[in-house]
This record gives sequence, C-alpha cells and structure tokens, in this order.
Amino acid sequence: MKAKVAFIGNPNVGKTELFNRFTGQHQHVGNWPGVTVEKKVGKCVCYGNELEIVDLPGTYSLTAYSIDELIARNFIIEEKPDVVVDIIDSTNLERNLYLTLSLLEMDANVVVALNMWDIARNKGMEIDVKKLEELLGVPVVTTVAITGEGIEKLKETIVKAIKGKRRKIEWSYGKDVEEVIKELQEIISKEEKFKDYPSRWLAIKIIEGDEEIIKKIEESKYKDELLKIASRIKDGETVIAERRYKIIGKIIEEVLKKEEEEWSFSDMLDHVFLHPIFGIPIFLALMYVAFQFTFSFSAPFSDMIDTFFSWLGEIAKNNISNAMMASFISDAVLAGVGSVLVFVPPIFSLFFALSLLENSGYLARAAVVMDRIMHKIGLHGKSIISMIMGFGCNIPGILAARTIENKRDRIITVMINPLMSCSARLPVYILLAGVIFKSSAMAGAAVFSMYLLGVGLAIIMAMIFRKFLFGGEPPTFIIELPRYMFPKISNAARDMWEKGKWFIIKAGTFIFLVAIIVWFLSSFPWEATHGGVYIENSYAALLGHAIEPALRPFGWRWQAGVALFFGFLAKEAIVGTFGALAGESASVAVATWFTPLTGFAYMAFVLIYFPCVATLIVMLREIGKKYTLITITYTISLAFIVAGLIELIGYAVGIT
Amino acid sequence: MNMTNNIIPLAFMAPGERGQIVEIRGGYGMAKRLYGMGLTPNSVIEVIVSNPAGPILVNVRGSRVAIGKGMAMKIFVRRI
Repeated sequence: MKAKVAFIGNPNVGKTELFNRFTGQHQHVGNWPGVTVEKKVGKCVCYGNELEIVDLPGTYSLTAYSIDELIARNFIIEEKPDVVVDIIDSTNLERNLYLTLSLLEMDANVVVALNMWDIARNKGMEIDVKKLEELLGVPVVTTVAITGEGIEKLKETIVKAIKGKRRKIEWSYGKDVEEVIKELQEIISKEEKFKDYPSRWLAIKIIEGDEEIIKKIEESKYKDELLKIASRIKDGETVIAERRYKIIGKIIEEVLKKEEEEWSFSDMLDHVFLHPIFGIPIFLALMYVAFQFTFSFSAPFSDMIDTFFSWLGEIAKNNISNAMMASFISDAVLAGVGSVLVFVPPIFSLFFALSLLENSGYLARAAVVMDRIMHKIGLHGKSIISMIMGFGCNIPGILAARTIENKRDRIITVMINPLMSCSARLPVYILLAGVIFKSSAMAGAAVFSMYLLGVGLAIIMAMIFRKFLFGGEPPTFIIELPRYMFPKISNAARDMWEKGKWFIIKAGTFIFLVAIIVWFLSSFPWEATHGGVYIENSYAALLGHAIEPALRPFGWRWQAGVALFFGFLAKEAIVGTFGALAGESASVAVATWFTPLTGFAYMAFVLIYFPCVATLIVMLREIGKKYTLITITYTISLAFIVAGLIELIGYAVGIT
Repeated sequence: MNMTNNIIPLAFMAPGERGQIVEIRGGYGMAKRLYGMGLTPNSVIEVIVSNPAGPILVNVRGSRVAIGKGMAMKIFVRRI
C-alpha cells in the first residue's frame, strides 16, 4: 500500500535526523511550488508499505504569518496526508504541544514522536506516555533520533495509523469562546465553499483573525454574519493562544510526573558565551580555532595526496608511448583527479568543525552575540548563520537566509553572501599563500585575513544596500536557543560526509571537467605547443592574453587571467588551471608568477570577483533577477577596487 | 509601589528577575510569532542574561528564547 506521510515539528527537535533515519539516501530536494522554500521528500518502505515522506518546514505554530507555517498548514489541509508525524522535544512538552494541538484541530491523523527521550530520561523526567495518548487521542511513541532508538516502533505505529482512525478529542476554550465556535460552525456547515475545511478549525481561525482565512471568508455570502459573531471575542488571537496554553497546562499536569529543570549548566555557559563584553572575542576566538583546525589538521593529508598523484603522473608519462595519450592521462586525468582530492581534507575538516559548533548549540548563540553588531549594520542576528554557512559554501549560506522572515533583510543577507569566503576558495588561498609567503605563520595569517576582508566588505556592502536599496526599517530578532550539548563525534562525522559530498560530486566533476578543458586549451594546437610544452602558443594563452590588459596594472600574468576565466565556472577550478598551465605541480608555477604583494592582491580578487555559477543559479531562485544582476555588478567592480587598493598601499609602504 | 510603576518593558529587566507578561504592543505579526514560542500575556518569564544593547535571554515555558532589544521594548512585563 502507498501512503503519504508528513513530518512536522518545532525547530531543534531532531526532525531532520528522524527524516534521515526513515529515508536514508532516498531523498529528493526541491521547492514548494511558487515559493523558495525547500521541500524535502523521501521514500521509505515499512512493513510492505511504500511511504512517501514529506519533511515540512520547522515551525512553532500554524499561523498565516510566516511562509513556512503557511506551507505546512496548506499541505495538511489540501494534500491531506494519511499520517502527520508530529516530532516533539520530550524535555519541553509545554511549548511543543502548542503545535500538536493546532494539528489536532485540523483533523490531521497525527502520530506523536516524543523525541530526545534519552535526555528526558537522563534528566529524571517522568512522562506518562499512556496517559498522553489517552488525552490527545493519538498514538505516542518515544524516540531517540540520533541513536535510532524507538524508530522501529514509530514505523510500526505509522503503518497502523494509516488505516486507523484517531479518537477525536475537543478541548474547551472556555464557555464564551465555545459558544462562538458553535455558532460559527453552524454557518460554516451551510457554505459549500468551506466543505474542505474542518469546521471547528475554521471557526477558531476566524476568531483568531487569521489573514488567509479572513480572505476566504470574504468570498462567502455569509461573511458579515461570520465576522459579526467572531467579533464577540475581543482580541481573539490572544485569547485563543492563552487558553491553548492553559489546556496544555492541564495536560502536562496529568502527564508529567516528575520534572527536573536541568538548565542551570546551560544557563551558566550562556553567562559566559553571551557576555556583553567577552561574547564577541569568544566568538572570534572560536571561529579562529575552527579554521586553524581546518588548515593544520588537514595539511599532511593533502600533501600525501598531492605527492601520490604527481608520482602516478610520472609513471604514466614514462610508460605510455603515445605522447598525446601520455599527456592526457597524466596532465589531464590524473592532475584533474588529484586537484579534486587534494581539497577533500580541508573541506571535510571545515564541515566537521562547523558541525561541532552547530550541534553543541553554539551557532545559535553566535547569532545572539552578533545581533548587536548586525543590527547596527542593518542586518539581522540570523544573518550571521547564513554568513558562517557561507564559509563552507555560499549555496547553503544563501539557503540559510530563508530563516529570516523580513524580505529586505533576507535579500541583503543573500547579496552579501558571496563575500563570505567559501571553502572552494580556500584551495586558492592555500596554494597562493603557501608559495608566496616564506613562513607558514605568515601564510596562515594571510589566509585568515581573507576571511576578515570578506566579512569587512560584507558589512560595508550591507550598509550601502540597506541605505540605498531599502529604506532601513529595523529588523526584529527572536530565536530559540537549544540546550548546550556535548557534540557527538559520530554525528559530526556524518554531517561532514553529507555536506562534504557536494564537493566530491558537484565540485569534483566540475573541477575534473575543467581540468580536461584546460588541458585541451593549453596543449592545443598540439603541433604549435609541442604537446603542451610551449603553452605560450596554445589556445589558453590566446584567451589569457585577451584578458591580460585588464590585469596588467596589477602585475598579473596571462596565466592568472586564464585561471580567473575558469574560476567563473567554479572558484576551485582556479587551482586546477594553475596546475594544468604549469604542466607540473601548481605550486612551482605560482612561485614564478606572483610576488607576495601581487599574489596577496590576487587572493583578494579571487575572493570578491564573481560568485560561482552554481551560487548564481541558487541566488537567482532566491532573490530574483534584479538583485542577482546587482550582485554580479558590485562584486566585479569591488574586486578591481580592493585589489588595486591593496597594491597601492603595498607599494606605498614599500612591500613588493 | 503601585501597579503601573511595576510594569516595564522586558528590555529593562535585570538578570535573575522574574515577571509576567502584561501586554505585547507589536502588531499582529509579532504577537503571532511570540505566541508560538510561548510568550503570551500572563506567561511568566525569567531573565537569564541581559545585554545593554544586544538581545535579552529569557526562560519562558521551559525554553530559552533570545529576544532582540527592539522587540523587548514592546513586551510589557509586571515584575514579580
């Protein structure tokens, strides 16, 4: 049997982990029609049933206020999933049950998953699951998504629920409200237009003054009557919200036998991490540690890979008699694969570090700490999360901006994201800095300075955009902080693999293809280049010379120009291009092409000059044509300005 | 001390202080968001960390919510 199942829950309840447990690799990520909110759909075969699982956006309630909530709610009303799995944080029933009650009012066929059960257990909380089932009228299963505990039971329960019908339980919102609900329901049942909606839910929404529902009501001939009845409850949305929590209070009284408030340690940490003065230095220090970890930990692995592929290339050259074939295998294929794999260690380390920060609960604190500054520059505290994600890859960074409700804040956050130095640019810095600076400490500082430069420019651009594109209305900030947790290494490892995969697959194929194209452009015409020996006679040189006039003032050679051209496709291709143009190890070539100053300016140029094609595609989808065009224009202009300034200042103080 | 003196914006509360929300003067959208996160009139909140210019961290219905200064100025609380 086939069935449609929806997963829903508050943010930070482990919904994604549970979704991954169910669907494994069988996931499809797309968009909800007409809007730019990500839609994840997965398949799972459970006890002979084929379940199509839709991961609804994480929400606290189901109002018409935010697009995420509207999507979740319309899906449940219109698509009528066979089962709605409501994932709850066991340690916080009160807040989580708010969504549960909203779901039950919608007549959804709910199965409750009491997730994070282990934490509740360790805290000494005692929750009467049987009683909760009885009070809610739906099955309740305890789960621990990160270890897999209770997953089988949940699958079983979902399959049973497909056919089963839940007991309908109605909680009283108080005599005054219930009277109004009843009267509204009577009229609603007469209207053909409303027959798809659960009448009690619709009545409550009318009392709440829900924008979307009021729009629907206005199409009806009963509109005046309905609105008049509903107006008897003054400030309906507040009354409903308050009383819903009151109902929850009663449920909890019966269900929660023993509660241990275990926030003291977490609160203690927040006094340190959210400290008005030390908060920001701590944030910077943690970021610095994360990046140093990324570089120093991964460096030996990268060196090993590099050496291995150079050695393999030599063997290929010495053993293949056909010159063109030998060149193709060693300079295109092996060099291409090598240039992909060399960056796997630092990029995976980076994702590992970011995952530790996120799973420990610190990343949400970073948003709080930075809100003060972000607010000043016209951004939202949540923008920092988008920016930090951007350090991994601009694509998730841009997608992370979706959590910002205000459209203007979101657009600005997306537009500045390409200035966040993504991990694909890291290889370029590592290569350049490693070669042009003598000491490794200098090189490390130079690489770190690229990140600071990007952030600095992002701040300036954000202020400019806020001022000239949008009259600055101050963004509002509110975020739930999850409990600090000791991050599990195994989770960080899985996260690292999930996020790092894109590099091997997407970036990998891209770099590999580019490496082959570059090999072709730099080795042909075959006769003229003598099989890639005289690159100055190749097609690539032609291309480089065409770009060179624009780059000559900066002291960059045509090779640097060719690399920039290929960098349009994907920034990581710049390194591959260097390698192919040099014909041997990229680092040797770079040493002759750049001085410390021109190399450093080139690093800055690479940071700024253009978002990669993949980023542009995502950006186009998120903020539209106009703002994407503005982004392209400003990045190109800014790159020339900044690189020029670096060199001018350098020459002025006597650095070459 | 009379009642009105005791009603202040959440932003002015000091760490460790507790209060009950009296009113949210933030318009439709803001109120909706706050309700879903547990901040309704009559709910009891406790300030954990407060920053002179940054967000304020409160305990509300057993969860920790950080609220930006601007928003915290519009949430009125009676000290208890």
